[in-house]
Amino acid sequence: MRDRVWIFIGLAVFVAAFTAPFWHVHAKTSARQPDLVLPANQKECVAPASTMRDAHMQMLLNWREDVVRRGDRRYVAFDGKVYEKSLTHTCLGCHSKAAFCDRCHEYSGVSGPYCWNCHSDPQATVTRSRP
Amino acid sequence: MNEIYALLVVLAIAAAGLAGGQMSFGRIALAEVIPYAAAILFLAGFCWRIMRWAWAPVPFHIPVTCGQQKSFRWIRAAKIDNPSTQWGVLARMAAEILLFRSLFRNSRAQIGGGWLILSESGALWLSALAFHWALLLILLRHLRLFLEPVPAFVNALERLDSFFQLGAPPLYLSDVVVIAALGYLLIRRFRDPAVRFISLFTDYFGLFLLLAISVTGVLMRYFTRIDVLNVKELALGLAAMRPQAPQGLGPIFFAHLLLVCALASYLPFSKLMHMGGIFLSPTRNLANNSRSRRHINPWNHPVKTHTYPEWEKEFREKLQSAGIPVEIAEGAGDAGNARTN
Ligand code: HEC
Ligand code: HEC
Ligand code: HEC
Repeated sequence: MRDRVWIFIGLAVFVAAFTAPFWHVHAKTSARQPDLVLPANQKECVAPASTMRDAHMQMLLNWREDVVRRGDRRYVAFDGKVYEKSLTHTCLGCHSKAAFCDRCHEYSGVSGPYCWNCHSDPQATVTRSRP
Repeated sequence: MNEIYALLVVLAIAAAGLAGGQMSFGRIALAEVIPYAAAILFLAGFCWRIMRWAWAPVPFHIPVTCGQQKSFRWIRAAKIDNPSTQWGVLARMAAEILLFRSLFRNSRAQIGGGWLILSESGALWLSALAFHWALLLILLRHLRLFLEPVPAFVNALERLDSFFQLGAPPLYLSDVVVIAALGYLLIRRFRDPAVRFISLFTDYFGLFLLLAISVTGVLMRYFTRIDVLNVKELALGLAAMRPQAPQGLGPIFFAHLLLVCALASYLPFSKLMHMGGIFLSPTRNLANNSRSRRHINPWNHPVKTHTYPEWEKEFREKLQSAGIPVEIAEGAGDAGNARTN
């Protein structure tokens, strides 16, 4: 009888932990997708948007292999346009790191790609005046 | 045969998910209905099993001990392996649940030169421990899909898990560990004829199910890729009771989801319920203090007794007139206490 109290407390804690997402969502207001700022003067990404969404990280790594291992910096996009294979110049030439990449990554729980330890964000480096 | 049946059932579940994910009706069933059914089955089944255990009588203290019991002050007692206090029990349970203390004692029996040789065998313990911790890490990492904003500890776990920063998305160590450990646990059942002989359907089914879940997850993360935003929208919708079957999620996702639902609804009704049961094992969670404290079985039925002194008192005159000697001295007061041998 005395132990049953502990069993019930343990069970209640377990049920509360398991259903935590329910309470969490209900406590907050509705969950929207992040508000991503798309480039104002461009219509198309370097690949169809759905491909970019799913697999932009794999594309970036392929670019890196091509540039660093093979010295190949030329990327012909699906619509025939030619881009430089570059994280800072190309992606961040159209997209804003803070209002695009970071917002989506924060929402998806991607804990900040470490790429920015070395690759620079043109918008942030203007003020800090580093190359 | 057991392993083949188990594999077939798991493959059938995965195939149902793959097929359903390609039909709009199937997507609604798989993403909006079945997850709730599975969650309800899991919670209700789990509570029901725990309640049944909570009401099972534990009339005796039956700890299984593995060390010196507390006795004289000058004999060192094994405070954790043979606990005499609640704190000792707590430490023992913690070692059991977090480190699988008793599995660590697992040994292998062999015949060598006509002798029975028991040798240490840590592989089962190691892979079981690695598997369980990796599974916990994977479960907690999935919270990033169910919580908005994502809590800092989930991000920290992810960073720890992708410590080696291999590839993009980076390789999770827990994914490697979980598949390697499950693989070992499965091979162990195949390889050792004695273990294979006692393995039942349910032993293989759990392993195949977990393996299938891990493989579909790994496929989505590293190979076929998936739109994480859409997955999160579905997960948040499920949590907010406003589910919406998402567009543009590949069939592998639905296979993954259905396999997880199968696991959740199967868990409370199978040996996997050791998840809750380990907390309630009376051979572990009781203190070995039955020599210092008297434990009275609370279910003892009151037994009507008739002691010898009572009997002698009742028949005293008849015994004496028949010349049979009586034990209790003349005028010894209440017969109940005056027991002589
Ligand atoms: C240790 C520092 C470092 C880190 C961290 C790093 N890179 Fe790089 N990356 C480099 C260097 C150096 C080059 C070579 C630059 C060149 O030759 O133009 C490069 C080149 C590249 C290139 C092609 C050239 C260009 O201008 O972009 C890509 C794409 C790239 N990295 C992607 C990434 C991604 C994605 C990540 C994160 C997963 C990452 N890098 C992390 C140092 C780093
Ligand atoms: C020419 C400008 C341009 C460049 C360069 C560019 N993007 Fe885009 N990107 C866009 C536009 C415009 C869209 C929106 C396309 C749409 O909605 O159809 C987009 C969409 C995306 C999306 C999907 C966003 C969503 O809401 O679904 C991702 C992810 C993305 N880009 C990543 C990248 C990455 C990574 C790079 C570098 C490899 C890159 N982009 C380079 C213009 C660009
Ligand atoms: C539409 C949402 C979205 C946008 C916009 C987006 N990403 Fe991502 N990104 C993701 C998701 C989701 C992942 C993780 C995938 C996973 O965990 O399976 C990811 C992963 C990555 C990774 C791999 C590192 C990791 O920890 O997983 C890199 C590198 C990356 N993104 C770069 C970028 C860059 C650069 C941009 C901006 C140009 C960008 N992303 C914009 C959703 C997005």
